[in-house]
Amino acid sequence: MALSETSIDPQLYLVEQTRWRPAEIVFWLATLLPYLLFPNYLSLASQIAIAALFALSLDLILGYAGIVSLGHAAFFGIGAYTAGLLSKYGWGEPLSGLVVAAFAAGVVGYATSFVICRFRHLALIMLTLGFGLLLAELANSLGWLTGGMDGLQGIHTWKLLGTFPFDLYGRAAYAYALAVLFVLFLFTRRLIHSPFGLSLRGIRENFVRMPAIGAPSRAHIRTIYTIAACIAGVAGALLAQTTETVSLDSLGFERSAEVVVILVLGGAGRLYGGLVGATIYLIARDQFSGIVPQYWYFWIGILLVAVVIFLPNGILGGLAQFTARWSRK
Amino acid sequence: MAWPGVARSARLLGINSSGASSMLPPVFGVLFDGLAYGMLLFLLSVGQSVTLGMMNFINLAHCSFAMLGGYLTVTLMSRYGWSFFATLPCAFVVAAVVSVGFERTLFRRLYRASELDQVLLTIGIVFISVAVAAYVFGTDQQPLQLPHYLRSSLTFMGIRFAVYRLVLVGLALLITLALVIGLDYTRFGARVRAAVDNERMARGLGIDVDRTFAITFALGSGLAGLGGALAIEIVGLDPSFAFTYLIYVLIVVSVGGLGSISGSFVAAIVLGISDVAGKYYIPQLGAFLIYLVMISLLMWRPLGLLGKR
Amino acid sequence: MSAPALATRGLAKSFGSLVVARDIEIELPKGVRYALIGPNGAGKTTLINLMTGMLQPGAGRIFLDDSDITALPPEQRVRRGLVRTYQINSLFPHLTALESITLAVCERTRAARIWWRQLNAYPHEIDEAHDILVALKLGSACHRLTREMAYGQQRLLEIALALATRPKVLLLDEPAAGVPREESQELFAAIAGLSSDITVLFIEHDMELVFRFASRIIVMVGGRVLMQGAPHEIANDPQVRAVYLGNTPAKILHGPRHG
Repeated sequence: MALSETSIDPQLYLVEQTRWRPAEIVFWLATLLPYLLFPNYLSLASQIAIAALFALSLDLILGYAGIVSLGHAAFFGIGAYTAGLLSKYGWGEPLSGLVVAAFAAGVVGYATSFVICRFRHLALIMLTLGFGLLLAELANSLGWLTGGMDGLQGIHTWKLLGTFPFDLYGRAAYAYALAVLFVLFLFTRRLIHSPFGLSLRGIRENFVRMPAIGAPSRAHIRTIYTIAACIAGVAGALLAQTTETVSLDSLGFERSAEVVVILVLGGAGRLYGGLVGATIYLIARDQFSGIVPQYWYFWIGILLVAVVIFLPNGILGGLAQFTARWSRK
Repeated sequence: MAWPGVARSARLLGINSSGASSMLPPVFGVLFDGLAYGMLLFLLSVGQSVTLGMMNFINLAHCSFAMLGGYLTVTLMSRYGWSFFATLPCAFVVAAVVSVGFERTLFRRLYRASELDQVLLTIGIVFISVAVAAYVFGTDQQPLQLPHYLRSSLTFMGIRFAVYRLVLVGLALLITLALVIGLDYTRFGARVRAAVDNERMARGLGIDVDRTFAITFALGSGLAGLGGALAIEIVGLDPSFAFTYLIYVLIVVSVGGLGSISGSFVAAIVLGISDVAGKYYIPQLGAFLIYLVMISLLMWRPLGLLGKR
Repeated sequence: MSAPALATRGLAKSFGSLVVARDIEIELPKGVRYALIGPNGAGKTTLINLMTGMLQPGAGRIFLDDSDITALPPEQRVRRGLVRTYQINSLFPHLTALESITLAVCERTRAARIWWRQLNAYPHEIDEAHDILVALKLGSACHRLTREMAYGQQRLLEIALALATRPKVLLLDEPAAGVPREESQELFAAIAGLSSDITVLFIEHDMELVFRFASRIIVMVGGRVLMQGAPHEIANDPQVRAVYLGNTPAKILHGPRHG
């Protein structure tokens, strides 16, 4: 991000930062390829878009504000159950379902953020983990509402915009998930390049210094935690609406761990890290778990160890380093 | 593969029937079972607590070493016909040696790294261990054929106690005693305490903190391996063990306070009793209560009940 | 005379049995350049931590412009104009110099709460940040990542961060720590060139710099204020000389006198 040219006007420099790069445009055009090349894999593609959105929401708190959460699936699950229940009890309109799900997840996120913002390090990890487990247990106990171990059945999602039905091939599902991902990505991108986004990076870089420049770090953390919860809620709602089922593992510890893996694999704090990570992770899982599921966890474990040891900034970080070295030659 | 939910209420509830006699008011049975369960949690977590307090290293793979101990015991007994008690020292030693291998090659690179990196690396090892266990042993519960006398029960002052649980409690108390004495009265114990209190100061005094840590790490993992072997009869053993009990261990450690043996001891007993009691009296809440207690305690004292830092 | 810019009354702090600050009474009139000196472990940095709210005092009160700020959290004190720098660089390693200062400026103007508009909608903040950097001769390094900057530049960036908050009282904890002699002269020249609206208190060990740039001096020993006064008074004081020669009679430690 740093340019060594010293003559650049400070205003221009910041405009430059927010400008769309060709690689970004290529990336988003490529998301349309599944329609042309892999029409049989559109369901997988929509799963990827949903996982990418979920990872994007985690990136806001983990990658940008440095808050390590092992309970982020709580908000995903709240969104999923909200959208699922809404549809089960008579309102299956997808877009308004997303809004309600985002609101529900946001309310819980805002409430917990008052605790989250007061802690750092191990206590913070344990608290996010605890909240996640608490919620999963709660959903398990409230079997009459959530369907318990059997999952929430009887969801029916209405036609998208009243015209496009959700079919078995996932044509509408992928378009829907991709469009929502893109819109929320634009939102996130804007947020990252806002003054608030700069403050988040400040919190990540040096939490202790922030109060000494007059920054209300806790208020910032509350804001971003709530926003991230809303986006995670939307991702959960997308999953509920496109698969028409919600199971307990939508808010379990495994999903919280998985989204951290996805984000770190792609590269945290890089906006596209979650998107790249989700694509690679889900395609690999689809290929591997076709054989025996246990093998998949073995490779994920190896991958994690390798990423931490060899690629501390994820795939995108590694790529950036590689291109930087290459262009210097 | 889906891991079973974090709380395995049904199984834990089963404890009670094999615990103290049903002739008594259940409260004694629940207390005794809770105590035995708490002792088990203590064995599983004490090593984690001390190593976390010493190096600030978050080792989520701790319960993978416990699982190793468990599978070793099962294998030695069923395939080679060892007696149960003969396998226990083996579980301890092998878990200790393997853990030190990991410590030397992987973990030590990350002592200065961010907690995220530590979490990721060690969770990666958990993934690997779970997959390997599933590959080698399958995903079923492992059968454990205990000798007959361990399966019986004793009557004392009109109360019947399961022999195995008595042995478990006795063994755990002995180990706790040995740990406390060892830590307070040996040179090595003094080094460990110094390193937990203030790592930099300890280095300044010429204590080889790295070596001290490696030995402590081995000891802690060995105890986890022993705990894993002892746990089979109580909670069963399948590949999800490394994840399920990781969460319990983390609760014990963070509630008890990093680096505090007595804190872990108290926290493990409180957790064991309240978990068993909660599942016995209000089964519909499941583990809800435990998590609620943990969150409240953490908010009240983020450094744990007896945490020093 | 108007109210002092910053004053403490009976400020005290101890960790267990270790007393690190005892009955500290100081007053900084507006616009002065104060030096805070004393041997290592005298409690100078602790005093800054107490005044800025990084530590909670065991007793005593702190006044900024006559209003009691003892109970305010650190960021609120900064908002009211009481700002510090750190002896050991405490910067944002992966932000550029311009980003760091823009961040501080945005926090002051409260633009930092805005997440729905991009930074390029805030040209005034960016210009101000750039001006601060130029004034401290960091203009040419403004797009460099902080961690890639030279050490001396990082020390200046510490000060720039503080200036971006528009301080009324600036507490500089060894601004020239680790900087070579000739550069520290420049650094202090920059400090001396700050607006006279800003009251400055700096900790410094180099007596030549202290006597050159300070209008008044506070001497701390063992958590107490030993004396305060004009440079020539301090220079000629036998007690201060004794402390700096390491030959401290017990009488001095137990009977502080205010100059």
